[in-house]
Amino acid sequence: MADEQVVRTEVSGAAVAGWEPRIIAFLCYWCSYTGADNAGTARLKYPANVDIIRLMCSGRIDPELIMAAYAGGADGVMVCGCHIGDCHYLAGNHKTMARMPLVRSVLADLGIEPERFVHEWVSAAEGEKFAQLVRQTTEGVRRVGPLNWARRMHERGVGHGMDLQPWGDGR
Amino acid sequence: MSAQGGTGAANGKLKVAKYWASSCGGCDISLLEIGPHLLELIEAADVVFWPCVADFKYEDVAGYPDGYIDVCLFNGGVRSSEQEEIARLLRKKSKTLVAYGACAIDGGIPALANLTTPSEIYDVVYHRNPSLDNPDGVEPAPVFETACGDLHLPHLYPQVLRLRDVVEVDYQIPGCPPQAHQVWKVLQAVVAGQVPARNDAVTVGCDDKVVCDECPREKRQVRIGGFKRPHLAIPEPDWCLLEQGFVCMGPATRSGCGALCVKANLGCRGCYTGSNGVEDRGTAMIGAIGSIIDATTEERAQEIVGQIVDPTGTFYRFNLASSTLKGRR
Repeated sequence: MADEQVVRTEVSGAAVAGWEPRIIAFLCYWCSYTGADNAGTARLKYPANVDIIRLMCSGRIDPELIMAAYAGGADGVMVCGCHIGDCHYLAGNHKTMARMPLVRSVLADLGIEPERFVHEWVSAAEGEKFAQLVRQTTEGVRRVGPLNWARRMHERGVGHGMDLQPWGDGR
Repeated sequence: MSAQGGTGAANGKLKVAKYWASSCGGCDISLLEIGPHLLELIEAADVVFWPCVADFKYEDVAGYPDGYIDVCLFNGGVRSSEQEEIARLLRKKSKTLVAYGACAIDGGIPALANLTTPSEIYDVVYHRNPSLDNPDGVEPAPVFETACGDLHLPHLYPQVLRLRDVVEVDYQIPGCPPQAHQVWKVLQAVVAGQVPARNDAVTVGCDDKVVCDECPREKRQVRIGGFKRPHLAIPEPDWCLLEQGFVCMGPATRSGCGALCVKANLGCRGCYTGSNGVEDRGTAMIGAIGSIIDATTEERAQEIVGQIVDPTGTFYRFNLASSTLKGRR
Protein backbone atom coordinates (compact mmCIF):
# COMPACT_ATOMS: atom_id res chain seq x y z
CA MET A 1 0.00 0.00 0.00
CA ALA A 2 1.40 3.35 -1.01
CA ASP A 3 2.37 5.60 1.86
CA GLU A 4 0.69 8.58 0.26
CA GLN A 5 -2.62 6.71 0.48
CA VAL A 6 -2.10 6.14 4.17
CA VAL A 7 -1.21 9.76 4.73
CA ARG A 8 -4.18 10.99 2.75
CA THR A 9 -6.56 8.80 4.72
CA GLU A 10 -5.01 9.86 8.00
CA VAL A 11 -5.64 13.47 7.12
CA SER A 12 -9.31 12.80 6.43
CA GLY A 13 -9.59 10.57 9.53
CA ALA A 14 -8.07 13.22 11.79
CA ALA A 15 -10.90 15.56 10.95
CA VAL A 16 -13.80 13.31 11.94
CA ALA A 17 -15.57 16.21 13.61
CA GLY A 18 -15.75 18.03 10.30
CA TRP A 19 -15.74 14.81 8.29
CA GLU A 20 -17.62 14.74 5.01
CA PRO A 21 -18.37 11.48 3.16
CA ARG A 22 -16.28 10.96 0.04
CA ILE A 23 -18.12 8.98 -2.60
CA ILE A 24 -16.73 7.76 -5.91
CA ALA A 25 -19.35 7.34 -8.65
CA PHE A 26 -18.51 5.28 -11.73
CA LEU A 27 -20.88 6.38 -14.49
CA CYS A 28 -21.26 5.11 -18.05
CA TYR A 29 -20.75 7.65 -20.81
CA TRP A 30 -24.00 7.18 -22.72
CA CYS A 31 -26.74 7.22 -20.08
CA SER A 32 -25.68 7.84 -16.50
CA TYR A 33 -23.07 10.53 -17.09
CA THR A 34 -25.52 12.30 -19.36
CA GLY A 35 -28.10 11.83 -16.60
CA ALA A 36 -25.73 13.55 -14.14
CA ASP A 37 -25.22 16.26 -16.76
CA ASN A 38 -28.98 16.56 -17.00
CA ALA A 39 -29.16 17.11 -13.23
CA GLY A 40 -26.59 19.90 -13.61
CA THR A 41 -28.26 21.71 -16.52
CA ALA A 42 -31.61 21.47 -14.73
CA ARG A 43 -29.89 23.12 -11.71
CA LEU A 44 -30.95 20.31 -9.38
CA LYS A 45 -29.19 20.45 -6.04
CA TYR A 46 -27.29 17.48 -4.70
CA PRO A 47 -24.40 17.16 -2.20
CA ALA A 48 -20.90 17.89 -3.45
CA ASN A 49 -19.61 14.68 -1.78
CA VAL A 50 -19.57 12.71 -5.00
CA ASP A 51 -16.56 12.45 -7.31
CA ILE A 52 -17.66 11.25 -10.73
CA ILE A 53 -15.48 9.00 -12.87
CA ARG A 54 -16.78 8.54 -16.40
CA LEU A 55 -16.21 5.30 -18.26
CA MET A 56 -17.46 4.31 -21.69
CA CYS A 57 -19.76 1.58 -20.35
CA SER A 58 -20.80 0.17 -16.99
CA GLY A 59 -19.53 -3.15 -18.37
CA ARG A 60 -16.07 -1.55 -18.30
CA ILE A 61 -16.27 -1.09 -14.54
CA ASP A 62 -13.84 -3.77 -13.45
CA PRO A 63 -14.86 -4.79 -9.91
CA GLU A 64 -11.20 -4.15 -9.06
CA LEU A 65 -11.88 -0.42 -9.51
CA ILE A 66 -14.52 -0.59 -6.79
CA MET A 67 -12.10 -2.27 -4.37
CA ALA A 68 -9.37 0.22 -5.32
CA ALA A 69 -11.74 3.10 -4.50
CA TYR A 70 -12.32 1.82 -0.95
CA ALA A 71 -8.63 1.05 -0.49
CA GLY A 72 -7.74 4.54 -1.75
CA GLY A 73 -9.90 6.37 0.76
CA ALA A 74 -13.48 6.37 -0.54
CA ASP A 75 -16.26 6.03 2.03
CA GLY A 76 -18.80 4.91 -0.54
CA VAL A 77 -19.00 3.81 -4.18
CA MET A 78 -21.78 4.26 -6.73
CA VAL A 79 -22.03 2.29 -9.96
CA CYS A 80 -24.52 3.53 -12.56
CA GLY A 81 -25.22 2.44 -16.12
CA CYS A 82 -27.93 2.37 -18.78
CA HIS A 83 -31.13 0.51 -18.01
CA ILE A 84 -31.19 -3.10 -19.23
CA GLY A 85 -32.08 -3.02 -22.93
CA ASP A 86 -30.69 0.48 -23.44
CA CYS A 87 -26.95 -0.28 -23.54
CA HIS A 88 -25.13 1.59 -26.30
CA TYR A 89 -23.03 -1.55 -26.79
CA LEU A 90 -26.15 -3.77 -26.61
CA ALA A 91 -25.07 -6.02 -23.73
CA GLY A 92 -22.37 -4.19 -21.74
CA ASN A 93 -24.68 -3.69 -18.79
CA HIS A 94 -25.67 -7.38 -18.85
CA LYS A 95 -22.14 -8.01 -17.57
CA THR A 96 -22.59 -5.35 -14.90
CA MET A 97 -25.83 -6.86 -13.67
CA ALA A 98 -24.18 -10.27 -13.22
CA ARG A 99 -21.07 -8.88 -11.53
CA MET A 100 -22.59 -6.48 -9.00
CA PRO A 101 -24.44 -9.10 -6.89
CA LEU A 102 -21.10 -10.93 -6.51
CA VAL A 103 -19.34 -7.67 -5.60
CA ARG A 104 -22.04 -6.96 -3.01
CA SER A 105 -21.60 -10.41 -1.52
CA VAL A 106 -17.80 -10.01 -1.27
CA LEU A 107 -18.17 -6.54 0.29
CA ALA A 108 -20.55 -7.97 2.90
CA ASP A 109 -17.97 -10.63 3.82
CA LEU A 110 -15.32 -7.91 4.12
CA GLY A 111 -17.48 -6.01 6.60
CA ILE A 112 -18.33 -3.10 4.31
CA GLU A 113 -21.84 -1.88 5.10
CA PRO A 114 -24.46 -2.10 2.31
CA GLU A 115 -24.94 1.71 2.57
CA ARG A 116 -21.46 2.13 1.12
CA PHE A 117 -22.22 0.42 -2.17
CA VAL A 118 -24.97 1.57 -4.51
CA HIS A 119 -25.72 0.08 -7.92
CA GLU A 120 -28.53 1.68 -9.95
CA TRP A 121 -29.53 2.23 -13.55
CA VAL A 122 -29.79 5.93 -14.52
CA SER A 123 -30.87 6.96 -18.01
CA ALA A 124 -29.85 10.16 -19.80
CA ALA A 125 -33.24 11.69 -18.94
CA GLU A 126 -33.16 10.80 -15.24
CA GLY A 127 -31.35 13.81 -13.78
CA GLU A 128 -33.75 13.94 -10.86
CA LYS A 129 -33.20 10.25 -10.14
CA PHE A 130 -29.42 10.79 -10.14
CA ALA A 131 -29.65 13.80 -7.81
CA GLN A 132 -31.91 11.85 -5.47
CA LEU A 133 -29.54 8.86 -5.57
CA VAL A 134 -26.58 11.05 -4.58
CA ARG A 135 -28.58 12.58 -1.72
CA GLN A 136 -29.61 9.13 -0.44
CA THR A 137 -26.12 7.66 -0.79
CA THR A 138 -24.47 10.61 0.96
CA GLU A 139 -26.91 10.37 3.86
CA GLY A 140 -26.46 6.58 4.07
CA VAL A 141 -22.67 6.88 4.14
CA ARG A 142 -22.86 9.73 6.65
CA ARG A 143 -24.86 7.45 8.96
CA VAL A 144 -22.25 4.66 8.90
CA GLY A 145 -19.31 7.07 9.23
CA PRO A 146 -15.75 7.20 7.84
CA LEU A 147 -14.25 4.02 6.38
CA ASN A 148 -10.49 4.81 6.57
CA TRP A 149 -9.55 1.49 5.00
CA ALA A 150 -5.88 2.23 4.35
CA ARG A 151 -5.20 3.42 7.87
CA ARG A 152 -7.02 0.47 9.37
CA MET A 153 -4.89 -1.96 7.37
CA HIS A 154 -1.71 -0.01 8.12
CA GLU A 155 -2.43 -0.37 11.85
CA ARG A 156 -2.70 -4.13 11.39
CA GLY A 157 0.77 -4.36 9.90
CA VAL A 158 -0.19 -4.66 6.22
CA GLY A 159 2.83 -3.67 4.16
CA HIS A 160 5.31 -3.44 7.04
CA GLY A 161 4.57 -6.03 9.74
CA MET A 162 4.90 -4.91 13.36
CA ASP A 163 8.50 -3.86 12.78
CA LEU A 164 9.91 -6.34 15.32
CA GLN A 165 13.66 -6.66 15.67
CA PRO A 166 15.07 -9.88 14.23
CA TRP A 167 15.53 -12.66 16.73
CA GLY A 168 18.85 -12.59 18.54
CA ASP A 169 19.35 -8.84 18.32
CA GLY A 170 19.39 -8.25 22.08
CA ARG A 171 15.70 -8.42 22.81
CA MET B 1 26.59 -30.56 -11.88
CA SER B 2 29.25 -28.79 -9.89
CA ALA B 3 29.05 -26.44 -6.98
CA GLN B 4 29.24 -22.79 -7.99
CA GLY B 5 28.02 -19.42 -6.82
CA GLY B 6 29.76 -16.90 -4.63
CA THR B 7 29.95 -18.50 -1.25
CA GLY B 8 32.51 -17.74 1.37
CA ALA B 9 32.06 -21.16 2.94
CA ALA B 10 35.05 -23.40 3.57
CA ASN B 11 33.94 -26.29 1.37
CA GLY B 12 32.78 -24.01 -1.46
CA LYS B 13 29.28 -25.47 -1.41
CA LEU B 14 26.12 -23.37 -1.58
CA LYS B 15 24.30 -22.76 1.67
CA VAL B 16 20.55 -23.25 1.48
CA ALA B 17 17.84 -22.86 4.10
CA LYS B 18 14.13 -23.57 4.25
CA TYR B 19 11.66 -22.26 6.80
CA TRP B 20 7.96 -22.75 7.52
CA ALA B 21 5.83 -19.96 8.90
CA SER B 22 2.00 -19.83 8.64
CA SER B 23 1.65 -22.88 6.40
CA CYS B 24 0.69 -26.56 6.48
CA GLY B 25 4.07 -28.18 5.83
CA GLY B 26 3.10 -29.32 2.34
CA CYS B 27 5.70 -26.99 0.83
CA ASP B 28 8.47 -28.76 2.77
CA ILE B 29 7.21 -32.09 1.45
CA SER B 30 6.98 -30.69 -2.10
CA LEU B 31 10.74 -30.13 -2.08
CA LEU B 32 11.17 -33.87 -1.55
CA GLU B 33 9.04 -34.51 -4.65
CA ILE B 34 11.99 -33.69 -6.86
CA GLY B 35 13.06 -37.25 -6.01
CA PRO B 36 16.56 -38.38 -7.07
CA HIS B 37 17.40 -34.77 -7.98
CA LEU B 38 17.62 -34.21 -4.24
CA LEU B 39 20.98 -36.02 -4.32
CA GLU B 40 22.26 -33.59 -6.97
CA LEU B 41 21.09 -30.72 -4.79
CA ILE B 42 22.79 -32.08 -1.66
CA GLU B 43 25.98 -32.60 -3.68
CA ALA B 44 26.05 -28.92 -4.59
CA ALA B 45 24.58 -27.38 -1.47
CA ASP B 46 24.65 -27.68 2.30
CA VAL B 47 21.41 -27.35 4.23
CA VAL B 48 22.11 -24.88 7.04
CA PHE B 49 18.54 -24.50 8.40
CA TRP B 50 15.40 -26.55 7.74
CA PRO B 51 13.20 -27.10 10.81
CA CYS B 52 11.08 -29.74 9.05
CA VAL B 53 13.95 -32.18 8.50
CA ALA B 54 16.98 -31.11 10.54
CA ASP B 55 17.53 -29.99 14.12
CA PHE B 56 18.98 -26.51 13.66
CA LYS B 57 18.13 -23.90 16.29
CA TYR B 58 17.33 -20.21 15.87
CA GLU B 59 20.59 -19.54 17.76
CA ASP B 60 22.49 -21.27 14.97
CA VAL B 61 20.98 -18.96 12.36
CA ALA B 62 21.52 -15.88 14.54
CA GLY B 63 25.17 -16.91 14.78
CA TYR B 64 25.72 -17.01 11.02
CA PRO B 65 27.37 -13.96 9.46
CA ASP B 66 25.02 -11.67 7.48
CA GLY B 67 24.47 -12.97 3.93
CA TYR B 68 25.84 -16.41 4.89
CA ILE B 69 22.87 -18.29 3.39
CA ASP B 70 22.94 -18.23 -0.42
CA VAL B 71 19.29 -19.12 -0.98
CA CYS B 72 16.49 -19.29 1.59
CA LEU B 73 13.17 -20.83 0.57
CA PHE B 74 10.52 -19.37 2.89
CA ASN B 75 7.08 -20.97 2.91
CA GLY B 76 4.06 -19.66 4.78
CA GLY B 77 2.61 -16.25 5.51
CA VAL B 78 3.28 -14.14 8.61
CA ARG B 79 0.64 -14.50 11.33
CA SER B 80 2.63 -14.32 14.58
CA SER B 81 5.43 -12.31 16.16
CA GLU B 82 7.74 -15.34 15.95
CA GLN B 83 7.21 -15.61 12.20
CA GLU B 84 7.98 -11.95 11.64
CA GLU B 85 11.18 -12.13 13.71
CA ILE B 86 12.42 -15.19 11.86
CA ALA B 87 11.48 -13.67 8.51
CA ARG B 88 13.59 -10.60 9.33
CA LEU B 89 16.41 -12.78 10.69
CA LEU B 90 16.49 -14.92 7.54
CA ARG B 91 16.34 -11.84 5.31
CA LYS B 92 19.44 -10.53 7.07
CA LYS B 93 21.31 -13.82 6.81
CA SER B 94 20.31 -14.64 3.20
CA LYS B 95 21.67 -13.32 -0.08
CA THR B 96 18.52 -14.44 -1.89
CA LEU B 97 15.16 -14.81 -0.17
CA VAL B 98 12.49 -16.77 -2.04
CA ALA B 99 8.78 -16.74 -1.12
CA TYR B 100 7.93 -20.40 -1.71
CA GLY B 101 4.31 -21.41 -2.24
CA ALA B 102 0.91 -19.72 -2.19
CA CYS B 103 0.97 -18.81 1.53
CA ALA B 104 4.23 -16.86 1.43
CA ILE B 105 3.19 -15.08 -1.78
CA ASP B 106 -0.54 -14.42 -1.32
CA GLY B 107 -1.40 -15.55 2.22
CA GLY B 108 -2.81 -18.85 0.95
CA ILE B 109 -5.60 -20.76 2.67
CA PRO B 110 -4.61 -19.45 6.17
CA ALA B 111 -5.32 -15.91 4.92
CA LEU B 112 -9.03 -16.78 4.73
CA ALA B 113 -8.83 -16.19 8.50
CA ASN B 114 -8.65 -12.51 7.53
CA LEU B 115 -12.44 -12.80 7.15
CA THR B 116 -12.63 -13.09 10.95
CA THR B 117 -10.87 -11.40 13.86
CA PRO B 118 -8.35 -12.96 16.29
CA SER B 119 -10.90 -12.71 19.12
CA GLU B 120 -13.46 -14.65 17.05
CA ILE B 121 -10.78 -17.26 16.29
CA TYR B 122 -9.91 -17.58 20.01
CA ASP B 123 -13.59 -17.83 20.88
CA VAL B 124 -14.12 -20.78 18.52
CA VAL B 125 -10.82 -22.54 19.17
CA TYR B 126 -10.76 -22.24 22.99
CA HIS B 127 -14.45 -21.92 23.95
CA ARG B 128 -16.95 -23.10 21.34
CA ASN B 129 -15.30 -25.98 19.50
CA PRO B 130 -17.55 -29.07 19.95
CA SER B 131 -14.58 -31.37 20.64
CA LEU B 132 -13.18 -29.05 23.28
CA ASP B 133 -12.56 -29.88 26.97
CA ASN B 134 -11.68 -26.55 28.57
CA PRO B 135 -13.95 -26.09 31.62
CA ASP B 136 -11.88 -23.20 33.04
CA GLY B 137 -11.93 -21.30 29.74
CA VAL B 138 -8.13 -21.08 29.60
CA GLU B 139 -6.60 -19.08 26.75
CA PRO B 140 -2.90 -18.97 25.89
CA ALA B 141 -1.22 -15.91 27.37
CA PRO B 142 1.83 -14.25 25.79
CA VAL B 143 3.60 -14.12 29.17
CA PHE B 144 3.60 -16.87 31.82
CA GLU B 145 5.18 -16.21 35.21
CA THR B 146 7.18 -18.99 36.82
CA ALA B 147 9.55 -19.18 39.81
CA CYS B 148 12.49 -19.20 37.36
CA GLY B 149 11.32 -16.09 35.51
CA ASP B 150 8.79 -15.15 32.84
CA LEU B 151 8.14 -17.41 29.88
CA HIS B 152 7.18 -15.70 26.64
CA LEU B 153 5.03 -17.11 23.86
CA PRO B 154 4.72 -15.54 20.40
CA HIS B 155 1.47 -13.62 19.94
CA LEU B 156 -1.05 -13.75 17.13
CA TYR B 157 -1.14 -10.80 14.72
CA PRO B 158 -4.39 -8.99 13.85
CA GLN B 159 -4.27 -10.55 10.40
CA VAL B 160 -2.31 -12.79 8.06
CA LEU B 161 0.43 -10.91 6.17
CA ARG B 162 2.42 -11.94 3.13
CA LEU B 163 6.16 -12.44 3.40
CA ARG B 164 6.71 -9.35 1.25
CA ASP B 165 4.62 -7.26 3.65
CA VAL B 166 7.40 -7.75 6.19
CA VAL B 167 10.69 -8.06 4.31
CA GLU B 168 12.02 -7.57 0.78
CA VAL B 169 11.58 -10.70 -1.31
CA ASP B 170 13.79 -11.53 -4.29
CA TYR B 171 11.80 -14.26 -6.01
CA GLN B 172 8.55 -16.10 -5.57
CA ILE B 173 7.65 -19.65 -6.60
CA PRO B 174 3.85 -20.09 -6.71
CA GLY B 175 1.74 -23.17 -6.05
CA CYS B 176 -0.03 -25.07 -3.31
CA PRO B 177 2.36 -26.75 -3.31
CA PRO B 178 4.80 -25.76 -6.10
CA GLN B 179 5.04 -28.58 -8.64
CA ALA B 180 8.18 -30.71 -8.61
CA HIS B 181 9.22 -30.06 -12.25
CA GLN B 182 8.98 -26.30 -11.71
CA VAL B 183 10.85 -26.48 -8.39
CA TRP B 184 13.66 -28.48 -9.97
CA LYS B 185 13.88 -25.99 -12.85
CA VAL B 186 14.47 -23.19 -10.32
CA LEU B 187 16.86 -25.24 -8.19
CA GLN B 188 18.95 -26.04 -11.26
CA ALA B 189 19.35 -22.32 -11.85
CA VAL B 190 20.30 -21.90 -8.18
CA VAL B 191 22.90 -24.66 -8.37
CA ALA B 192 24.31 -23.18 -11.58
CA GLY B 193 24.75 -19.85 -9.79
CA GLN B 194 22.28 -18.08 -12.11
CA VAL B 195 20.15 -16.55 -9.37
CA PRO B 196 21.17 -12.97 -8.56
CA ALA B 197 19.41 -11.19 -5.67
CA ARG B 198 16.69 -8.93 -7.09
CA ASN B 199 14.55 -7.47 -4.30
CA ASP B 200 11.45 -7.17 -6.48
CA ALA B 201 9.66 -10.49 -5.94
CA VAL B 202 9.94 -11.83 -9.50
CA THR B 203 7.64 -14.79 -10.00
CA VAL B 204 9.58 -17.83 -11.21
CA GLY B 205 8.86 -21.54 -11.57
CA CYS B 206 5.74 -20.95 -13.62
CA ASP B 207 4.58 -19.64 -17.01
CA ASP B 208 3.29 -16.18 -17.89
CA LYS B 209 -0.21 -16.99 -19.17
CA VAL B 210 -3.31 -18.35 -17.42
CA VAL B 211 -4.37 -21.93 -16.70
CA CYS B 212 -6.90 -21.79 -19.60
CA ASP B 213 -3.88 -21.52 -21.90
CA GLU B 214 -2.66 -25.00 -20.98
CA CYS B 215 -6.10 -26.51 -20.35
CA PRO B 216 -6.89 -29.30 -22.86
CA ARG B 217 -10.66 -28.82 -22.65
CA GLU B 218 -12.74 -27.50 -25.54
CA LYS B 219 -14.47 -24.13 -25.39
CA ARG B 220 -17.88 -24.19 -27.07
CA GLN B 221 -18.72 -20.48 -26.62
CA VAL B 222 -21.67 -21.37 -24.40
CA ARG B 223 -22.93 -19.02 -21.69
CA ILE B 224 -23.50 -20.20 -18.13
CA GLY B 225 -27.16 -20.93 -17.33
CA GLY B 226 -26.56 -22.17 -13.79
CA PHE B 227 -23.83 -23.25 -11.39
CA LYS B 228 -23.26 -26.78 -10.11
CA ARG B 229 -21.13 -28.02 -7.22
CA PRO B 230 -18.47 -30.63 -7.98
CA HIS B 231 -19.78 -33.20 -5.49
CA LEU B 232 -23.33 -33.04 -6.86
CA ALA B 233 -22.71 -33.50 -10.60
CA ILE B 234 -20.17 -35.17 -12.87
CA PRO B 235 -18.70 -32.86 -15.53
CA GLU B 236 -18.23 -33.90 -19.15
CA PRO B 237 -14.54 -34.76 -19.54
CA ASP B 238 -13.54 -32.68 -22.57
CA TRP B 239 -15.64 -29.51 -22.25
CA CYS B 240 -14.67 -26.28 -20.46
CA LEU B 241 -15.74 -26.65 -16.83
CA LEU B 242 -16.80 -23.04 -16.49
CA GLU B 243 -19.13 -23.34 -19.49
CA GLN B 244 -20.63 -26.42 -17.82
CA GLY B 245 -21.34 -24.35 -14.72
CA PHE B 246 -18.52 -25.58 -12.45
CA VAL B 247 -16.59 -22.73 -10.86
CA CYS B 248 -13.04 -22.88 -12.24
CA MET B 249 -10.43 -20.28 -11.31
CA GLY B 250 -8.49 -20.95 -14.53
CA PRO B 251 -9.13 -17.53 -16.14
CA ALA B 252 -7.62 -15.72 -13.11
CA THR B 253 -4.76 -18.11 -12.33
CA ARG B 254 -1.23 -18.23 -13.68
CA SER B 255 -0.20 -21.24 -15.74
CA GLY B 256 2.69 -23.53 -14.92
CA CYS B 257 1.09 -26.38 -12.98
CA GLY B 258 0.14 -28.22 -16.18
CA ALA B 259 -3.61 -27.71 -15.55
CA LEU B 260 -3.53 -30.50 -12.94
CA CYS B 261 -6.98 -30.02 -11.41
CA VAL B 262 -8.91 -29.56 -14.65
CA LYS B 263 -7.27 -32.73 -16.02
CA ALA B 264 -8.68 -34.51 -12.95
CA ASN B 265 -12.19 -33.21 -13.80
CA LEU B 266 -12.12 -30.60 -11.03
CA GLY B 267 -12.27 -26.85 -11.46
CA CYS B 268 -8.95 -25.01 -11.00
CA ARG B 269 -8.68 -23.94 -7.35
CA GLY B 270 -6.42 -21.02 -8.14
CA CYS B 271 -3.23 -21.73 -6.19
CA TYR B 272 -0.68 -20.59 -8.81
CA THR B 273 -0.98 -16.84 -8.02
CA GLY B 274 -2.30 -14.29 -10.55
CA SER B 275 -1.01 -13.61 -14.04
CA ASN B 276 1.04 -10.48 -14.71
CA GLY B 277 -0.94 -7.27 -14.25
CA VAL B 278 -3.75 -8.77 -12.16
CA GLU B 279 -3.87 -6.95 -8.83
CA ASP B 280 -6.95 -8.50 -7.28
CA ARG B 281 -7.76 -12.01 -8.41
CA GLY B 282 -11.14 -12.29 -6.77
CA THR B 283 -12.50 -9.33 -8.67
CA ALA B 284 -10.76 -10.53 -11.85
CA MET B 285 -12.77 -13.72 -11.50
CA ILE B 286 -16.00 -11.80 -10.81
CA GLY B 287 -15.31 -9.85 -14.00
CA ALA B 288 -14.70 -13.04 -15.98
CA ILE B 289 -17.74 -14.92 -14.69
CA GLY B 290 -20.01 -11.88 -15.00
CA SER B 291 -19.29 -11.62 -18.71
CA ILE B 292 -20.47 -15.16 -19.56
CA ILE B 293 -23.75 -15.42 -17.67
CA ASP B 294 -26.73 -16.41 -19.82
CA ALA B 295 -29.26 -13.83 -18.66
CA THR B 296 -31.13 -10.90 -20.20
CA THR B 297 -32.94 -9.76 -17.05
CA GLU B 298 -31.55 -8.64 -13.73
CA GLU B 299 -33.59 -11.20 -11.80
CA ARG B 300 -32.27 -14.08 -13.88
CA ALA B 301 -28.65 -12.85 -13.56
CA GLN B 302 -29.02 -12.63 -9.79
CA GLU B 303 -30.55 -16.08 -9.66
CA ILE B 304 -27.66 -17.62 -11.62
CA VAL B 305 -24.77 -15.98 -9.76
CA GLY B 306 -26.65 -16.59 -6.51
CA GLN B 307 -26.01 -20.31 -7.09
CA ILE B 308 -22.28 -19.77 -6.46
CA VAL B 309 -21.74 -20.91 -2.88
CA ASP B 310 -19.41 -18.62 -0.88
CA PRO B 311 -18.06 -16.34 -3.64
CA THR B 312 -15.51 -14.71 -1.31
CA GLY B 313 -14.04 -17.99 -0.11
CA THR B 314 -13.97 -19.36 -3.65
CA PHE B 315 -12.51 -16.41 -5.55
CA TYR B 316 -10.08 -15.43 -2.79
CA ARG B 317 -9.26 -18.98 -1.70
CA PHE B 318 -5.47 -18.57 -1.91
CA ASN B 319 -4.97 -14.84 -2.16
CA LEU B 320 -6.96 -12.81 0.36
CA ALA B 321 -3.79 -11.32 1.91
CA SER B 322 -2.77 -10.17 -1.59
CA SER B 323 -6.16 -8.71 -2.51
CA THR B 324 -6.83 -4.99 -2.69
CA LEU B 325 -8.76 -4.89 0.59
CA LYS B 326 -6.67 -7.63 2.37
CA GLY B 327 -9.36 -8.88 4.71
CA ARG B 328 -12.37 -7.97 6.80
CA ARG B 329 -12.66 -4.63 8.41
